[in-house]
Amino acid sequence: MSNVFIAFQHNEESRPVIDAIVADNPGAQVVHSPGLVKIDAPNSLTIRRSTIEEQTGRPYDLQQIHINLVTLSGHIDEDDDQLTLSWRH
Amino acid sequence: MNIDLQAREITPLRNTYAHVAQHMGGDKVASRYQEATFGAQPMTNFHYRPTWDPAHELFDASRSRVVLADWYVLKDPRQFYYATWTMTRARQQDAVESSFQFVESRGMVGMIPDAVREKALRVLLPLRHAAWGANMNNASIAAYGFGTAFTAPAMFHAMDNLGVAQYLTRLGLAMAEPEALDAGKQAWLDDPHWQGLRRYVEDTLVLQDPFELFVAQNLALDGLLYPLVYTHFVDDHIALQGGTAVAMLTSFMPEWHDETARWVDALVKVAAAESDANRALISQWVSDWSDRAQAALTPVADLALGAQGPAALGEVMDQFRARCKKAGLAL
Repeated sequence: MSNVFIAFQHNEESRPVIDAIVADNPGAQVVHSPGLVKIDAPNSLTIRRSTIEEQTGRPYDLQQIHINLVTLSGHIDEDDDQLTLSWRH
Repeated sequence: MNIDLQAREITPLRNTYAHVAQHMGGDKVASRYQEATFGAQPMTNFHYRPTWDPAHELFDASRSRVVLADWYVLKDPRQFYYATWTMTRARQQDAVESSFQFVESRGMVGMIPDAVREKALRVLLPLRHAAWGANMNNASIAAYGFGTAFTAPAMFHAMDNLGVAQYLTRLGLAMAEPEALDAGKQAWLDDPHWQGLRRYVEDTLVLQDPFELFVAQNLALDGLLYPLVYTHFVDDHIALQGGTAVAMLTSFMPEWHDETARWVDALVKVAAAESDANRALISQWVSDWSDRAQAALTPVADLALGAQGPAALGEVMDQFRARCKKAGLAL
């Protein structure tokens, strides 16, 4: 079992995304370093557009995460409503 | 010699301002919306009472018969504060600008049959004046309402209505000569089809209770007017008869109405849920004002849709009642 991770710039725009990831992924651990927020999760991590919209109260285009995305690890499965990182092929 | 790079983390001692933390139940990380709203309402040490209204303080919750323990409960689900509101509207403005350019560059107005074009102008241009009334009313809510959570979005809403009026003006100028705007104003003043709506708007201009005004303008009137005009008339009628350009040029209005309906419904729901007295009061206002709005819009539906008018307005009323029921009101 390996961790996947995703890292964002630590700012106001990424805050609802991070809150949504923590809400949707029970195993996720949040690590702060200067200017950066890294979220590690065992096996897989899913970002859901609908959960982010619950945080922001407004429509959210999932592609907006890329403005503040720093890096990630894992195989990516992505559509309009979710982005999943995992080590499963 | 050794050169080393080190990162030092400096953690803040507090997460947010004390006056914000007070309304969040503790020192937690606050969003910009929360920091822009909580604790912003002046509560004490007011200037002396205005000579034009000595019965009230400058900011006075008792101007409304709605009673709330804490007016900050009227949170905006869209979480708009000035920056996010302007950026959202700026993006929408860019989209509308593209629509106008698209319509103009392809001469789409010339392709609309004359009768359809004239009908569209006759129904849409007088609505500039209704939108102006909505601007005045929301500015009044912002002025006399209590609680930043309630009044700040009202001011955004006032400016949005000004935008709607300006888009209707541009529509008139794109589809006809400037005289069409004067004709629209004359119709608003003289044409029997508009006098019910005009009286409704002018009567709301003098409503003293900010929350009643909110209900009469933003829920009862707009909740019926926008679906009737932009869904039933523009989309289902004009667009199907070769007037697609009109739908393109008015695309902001139905989209904006749906977005703001979330705000309107949230406020009504929260205020009504606080007490039975509030619920009864607000339900009574919605019932009375929507009856008046329906009566005022009946001749407008007739002008726009002819024989289909009553059925369209009936459908709009059914959807309105369902919407109010969802918000916990008893109509």
